[in-house]
Amino acid sequence: MAMAVLRRLGQTLFVLFGISVLVFLVFFATPGADPTARIAGRNASPQTIARVRVEYGFDRPLPVQYVRMMEKLFVTRDLTSYVNRGELVVPEVFQAAPVTVSLVTGAALIWVLASVAMGTLAAALRGTWVDRGLMMLGLVGISIPVFWLGQVANLLTQSRYHDSWLFSWVPGLGYVPFTQDPLGWFRALVIPWVTLAVLFVGIYSRVLRADLVAVRGEDFMRTARAKGLSPARVLLFHGLRTSMMTFVSLFGLDFAQLVGGGALLTEVVFGLQGVGRLTYQALGNLDLPLIMATVMYSAVFVVIANAVVDMLYLLLDPRVRDGRA
Amino acid sequence: MDADAPPLLAVRDLTIALPVGGRMVTIVDSVSFTLGAREILGIVGESGSGKSMTALALMGLIDAPGARITGSARFKGRELVGLPQRAFRTLRGREIAMIFQDPMTAFTPVYTVGWQIDEQIRAHGRVTRKDARVRTIRLLGDMGVPDPARVADRYPHQLSGGLRQRAMIAMALSCNPSLLIADEPTTALDVTVQAQILDLLRRLRREYGSSVLLITHDMGVVAETCDRTMVLYSGTIAERGPTGAVFARPGHPYTAALLDSIPPLHGARPARLPSIPGSPPAPADRPAGCPFAPRCGYAHDACAVRPPLLPRGVQDIACVLPAEGRDLPARCVSA
Repeated sequence: MAMAVLRRLGQTLFVLFGISVLVFLVFFATPGADPTARIAGRNASPQTIARVRVEYGFDRPLPVQYVRMMEKLFVTRDLTSYVNRGELVVPEVFQAAPVTVSLVTGAALIWVLASVAMGTLAAALRGTWVDRGLMMLGLVGISIPVFWLGQVANLLTQSRYHDSWLFSWVPGLGYVPFTQDPLGWFRALVIPWVTLAVLFVGIYSRVLRADLVAVRGEDFMRTARAKGLSPARVLLFHGLRTSMMTFVSLFGLDFAQLVGGGALLTEVVFGLQGVGRLTYQALGNLDLPLIMATVMYSAVFVVIANAVVDMLYLLLDPRVRDGRA
Repeated sequence: MDADAPPLLAVRDLTIALPVGGRMVTIVDSVSFTLGAREILGIVGESGSGKSMTALALMGLIDAPGARITGSARFKGRELVGLPQRAFRTLRGREIAMIFQDPMTAFTPVYTVGWQIDEQIRAHGRVTRKDARVRTIRLLGDMGVPDPARVADRYPHQLSGGLRQRAMIAMALSCNPSLLIADEPTTALDVTVQAQILDLLRRLRREYGSSVLLITHDMGVVAETCDRTMVLYSGTIAERGPTGAVFARPGHPYTAALLDSIPPLHGARPARLPSIPGSPPAPADRPAGCPFAPRCGYAHDACAVRPPLLPRGVQDIACVLPAEGRDLPARCVSA
């Protein structure tokens, strides 16, 4: 077990290294684009250009440039933005991260609870109108674009019905830090949470239902019934528990990509200064250091989430623990 | 066995029909048998003969939509056919337990074997977790599992096939059921392990007083284990009777053919084992007359009408031959 965890950790570091090299090469070593000139800015004096070149090591071979860049990213953390001169990139990412993490974690909680409830209920009442209704609802959720849903939510809660008793509690768009005002944090985020979760509730409940229906035919489900267990216990303890594998791996990937910046549309619609929005801005301005920083941040999250999923697998499935599956 | 006492299980004209492609297809057709206390009854037949279906019907586990089960199955005087699921649940596991063919897939892979046995014990009585575990370990020990306390903490995939089947039997016996249905319990096991498991099944009636319904396609298993034998063919009874008699004087050509396809232990070894030509008819297109007639060497005009199950000595045989005075030759029994 400890060995498996260590091995997994080594793999994680290796993958992160690979990603960082790739991103570095794409943005800094593409022929035709001189990063020195971009960092120094327009109309920079030759002295400035020379200074920048030495500071970033652009006059040295690529491996040295790479090490310099990583050092600036992870050790000294004094990488500055091309666009907003003097703005430090790493703190900027760290400022945006809590917003995204708050948004995605809340949404994840909602979508996990809702989809487990919906999927299980649909599977238990397979073939009835409840099943069909829930799955139809899931399909509707999958089909609604998140930005449209967000705009409609804003329209209803921010302008049209904002003064009615129903939505008067909704604060204006934007983020309220949890440490400052927990209740305000909740109020500001609850609508974005639901908006972001709708798509995933649809996907996850359908996937879970399909898994539960498939698992019904398994021998161990028949054994469980032959033991005289109640249908609910058979479904939850034997069916749902074994169906959790797909669910967990799916969840790990989705959660990671959202925290890594995939919640961009929701962030933009609800005026949340999160990582997705930051990446988007950086790409718009071709702000190479910022892109480097956000992509690395996002990669770290995806890779860590994958490692966590693998750990969860170890917990969930004893067969994986023995390295046999 | 006391002849006057009502049998533990009396099945009468059990018929099971499933909807296939829009019409009802009879899978099991008017099967009747009784099972006394502490008796082992073997149900033999090829795959598709309806033996597993019969067992599942007795457990109330047929949940295919539209399935129609008619006839009667009285267990301890209680009618099982048409019993609501809620009532079945208190019987299942407590009064009637079942062991399945493949012990690998019959356990839920994510729980320890002990946990799963505890679960059954706790489902049928107010037993604390600790007491349940004590009983689980004792049961596993009784089933000949070495170091039962450690095995209880293992996951199904960590055990060998034999150990898993022993654990399965321990689980089935955990609530002292009066009837144990074993559906091909040894098919997935090695021959040596097979013998041990059969030995265990025979011991059960002594130590636990359970009756066993042993479903198999293996005549050798039947000969070794069962008091009485019922041969199913194509959803109907071909022959039934005390195992010794059935093996010594098979009355139905199908039974005789099954016995012929076992390699003899003594005497000259045949160059090639006889086999039954053809294959059993699909449930949807069974012939109107004797279902075995198309594959039977003795088939003649009288076989166009389905022969009723008639007594012949201690056996019941669904064949026209005994009535015509043309008994099949007796066999020397080596089993």
